[in-house]
Amino acid sequence: MNKFKKIFATDSYIVPLVAILLGFLVGAIVMLIGGYDPIAAYGALFKRVFGSPYDFGEAIREMTPLMLTGLSVAFAFRSGLFNIGADGQVLIGMTAASLIGIKWAGLPLFLLVPLAVIGAGLCGGLWAGIAGYLKAKRGINEVITTIMLNWIALFLANYIVRTFLLIPGQNRSEDIPASISMTFLNSFFDNARLHWGTFIALAAAVFFYIYLWKTKQGFEMRAVGLNPHAAEYAGMNVGRNVMKSMFIAGVFAGLAGAGEVLGVFHYQAVFAGSPGYGFDGIAVALLGLTHPFGVILAAILYGMLTYGSAGMSFNADVPPELIRIVIGSIIFFIAAQGIVRWVLKPFYFKRKKEKVL
Amino acid sequence: MSAAAPVVELKQITKRFPGIVANDSISLTLEKGEIHALLGENGAGKSTLMNIVFGLYQPDEGSIEIGGKPVIIDSPNKAIELGIGMVHQHFKLVDPFTVTENIILGMEPKKGLKIDYKSAAEQVRKLSELYGLQVNPHARIHDISVGMQQRVEIMKTLYRGADILIFDEPTAVLTPQEINELMAIMKRLVAEGKSIILITHKLKEIMSISDRVTIIRRGKVIDTVKTSETNPNELAEKMVGRDVTFKVDKLDPHVGNTVLKLDGVNSKNKEGISVLNNLSFEVKSGEILGIAGVDGNGQSELIQAITGLRKIDSGSIIVEGKEIANLSPRKISEMNVSHIPEDRHKHGLVLDFTVSENMVLETYYKSPYNRNGFMNNEVIDKHAEELVQAFDVRTPSIHNTARSLSGGNQQKAIIAREIDKEPTLLIAAQPTRGLDVGAIEFVQKQLIAQRDQGKAVLLVSFELDEIMNVSDRIAVIYEGQIVGEVYPKDTNDQELGLMMAGGLKRGGKAGE
Repeated sequence: MNKFKKIFATDSYIVPLVAILLGFLVGAIVMLIGGYDPIAAYGALFKRVFGSPYDFGEAIREMTPLMLTGLSVAFAFRSGLFNIGADGQVLIGMTAASLIGIKWAGLPLFLLVPLAVIGAGLCGGLWAGIAGYLKAKRGINEVITTIMLNWIALFLANYIVRTFLLIPGQNRSEDIPASISMTFLNSFFDNARLHWGTFIALAAAVFFYIYLWKTKQGFEMRAVGLNPHAAEYAGMNVGRNVMKSMFIAGVFAGLAGAGEVLGVFHYQAVFAGSPGYGFDGIAVALLGLTHPFGVILAAILYGMLTYGSAGMSFNADVPPELIRIVIGSIIFFIAAQGIVRWVLKPFYFKRKKEKVL
Repeated sequence: MSAAAPVVELKQITKRFPGIVANDSISLTLEKGEIHALLGENGAGKSTLMNIVFGLYQPDEGSIEIGGKPVIIDSPNKAIELGIGMVHQHFKLVDPFTVTENIILGMEPKKGLKIDYKSAAEQVRKLSELYGLQVNPHARIHDISVGMQQRVEIMKTLYRGADILIFDEPTAVLTPQEINELMAIMKRLVAEGKSIILITHKLKEIMSISDRVTIIRRGKVIDTVKTSETNPNELAEKMVGRDVTFKVDKLDPHVGNTVLKLDGVNSKNKEGISVLNNLSFEVKSGEILGIAGVDGNGQSELIQAITGLRKIDSGSIIVEGKEIANLSPRKISEMNVSHIPEDRHKHGLVLDFTVSENMVLETYYKSPYNRNGFMNNEVIDKHAEELVQAFDVRTPSIHNTARSLSGGNQQKAIIAREIDKEPTLLIAAQPTRGLDVGAIEFVQKQLIAQRDQGKAVLLVSFELDEIMNVSDRIAVIYEGQIVGEVYPKDTNDQELGLMMAGGLKRGGKAGE
């Protein structure tokens, strides 16, 4: 019981929770100002997510890539890097998975599927590694390079799909025979597009945690992230850690791409613009306080809100864009923790007095 | 002192933190126009007390009176309103901004909607003249020296109309010359009617500048005395709670083989300016070689070169017969070279790591700390626990972050880690910088103990007293070159000072 209390007494848990509540509150206020009924809107939102097995399954589908891109951004962040390029890394991962899945279709599935998934992760990692290399060897800020690489990835992916994989006359690739869909769940979830990528994401979070906090390499990476000068003094190779960290971050994002093409769509579209997984990933990473388990929870929340927002417009006639205000406010309150602490101050004082007695 | 009410009166201030009483019923008065020194060891409660005066903390008990009127200071803004200004130890300046911009930040004079920079700069110039601060209002912070930056901090408080100035360890970051200039400025400030509280643990400064001293130990006021009626020994004893000898006791050295040998080392910085200039010297086992010199004459570069953090252009650096020039820091560290770095926050510690993690910062990859790629936390914690015990590092637990430790305890942690590596060569760069008398004594004893165990110790220090007391041999560095080697008993402060300033060369090697 004491341990339980202690967990909930730490700021790190309370602040995000309160930030979420405040975010919903701000959303509600905006709805009231706009003449909508917030209770009906939020009701519709949650009903949409939990209302039917199909929708619940689809909400999980929505969360999955967010988990991985969130982990990608968070992982780089832990070693002092800001990975804005998860979006491009997802695209490269998708393209690698599609290419392998379609071109090597002759292979037996038990070989083809893992190859496509691993290929996606590897290519995503190498793509991010370019930014890591430029940072380590040439000192170029990874924010700039990852943004540039996003655009290169977008057009490269489209070029590959158009040139090698296109169904003539359509703006998409051929169907990919390799699949990671969990078709055996179809009857439970009413054909919602659930796939193994969700478990890959959960495994990635566990890997993230163990790697960073339990292994030798993780120790180095955290030291580099927190104080590169001390890391160098202590004999660590800062540049190599930067590259390694970007690579692993890219692997996470690449796996998200694999999940989308092998588990959800089973083909790859020619994208008109950036699909935006990576940018949502930044929000998710911030929301999850860059802790792997926090990121998973944040992706669940983010995915629920995004998926549920469609329900708001159907059932409560509230524009789904409003949910962006809620998400934006939550992130704002997490970033501006001072406000949350100020809100919490009276409660803290009470508790302290109890302690003294 | 007049009969008027004191400018500041603290009455029975008590402040508790979980587990400790930081201030225990502290009373203190600051008279108008006096410099009142607050003396105490690291962690004695000086900073807590001043943070209470500046409104950053609220006292649990007790009251504060300003000019005879009771006040409640619940924020720094309130403190500024009451005429209290604080010059922090770590400057709070915006580097790319100019001096003027920094000073007016938050209180900008406006002309319509625009900031009136002209009148701001004029005001800054006036203040600067009045107090003899000599700061160029248009210079950018990152272009001016640390001493100048501190003056900007002082001007910030004056610009906000402070009559009561709190200086938190103001000399910790200054060169000896800058310290003298600061002293002059402080005298000027009190002459103009300001009152000053000076937090420090440097007895020399207290003796030379303060009017009264209040000594705090473990959160309690031990005594308040007039500076003219006391002496450094008495103050030190009151501060530490026991006799402190300023003389370092040590036996004659048993000098052995050459451990470190530099021969004709040259290195240029990024701008192509030579920072190490044909530099040569030796350190033998069982001796402490002190490198004396004024800050900025190549000391940092010298240490970087030996520890692998800087490439050299020519020359050789030999440790125990092996060439180590331009090897990686790890390779050099593995040749039993330990390094107590000059900047403990930047290089010595990962502040957000726990004490335990910091203790294996250089050895984490070796067995038994690393077991098949995984960190063996049980062993790491046990190791940290032992070091914390042996070196008396005061921390609530080894799982607290290094950041939460006081400066002296951070340094103890680094020293524990470096000595635990059982080095043959121990490099100590400014190992006592910013520490109090008790901690200085501890550090110096450790260095001597290492030397007595037959290790070679290279000590770089800007403190002449330390060089004279601790070293067995002294090499003077000037503009990246060794300009002379002497034995402490054959020389004196004046001669060393002259050599450090480049005014005298004492040929050849000591003893030849």
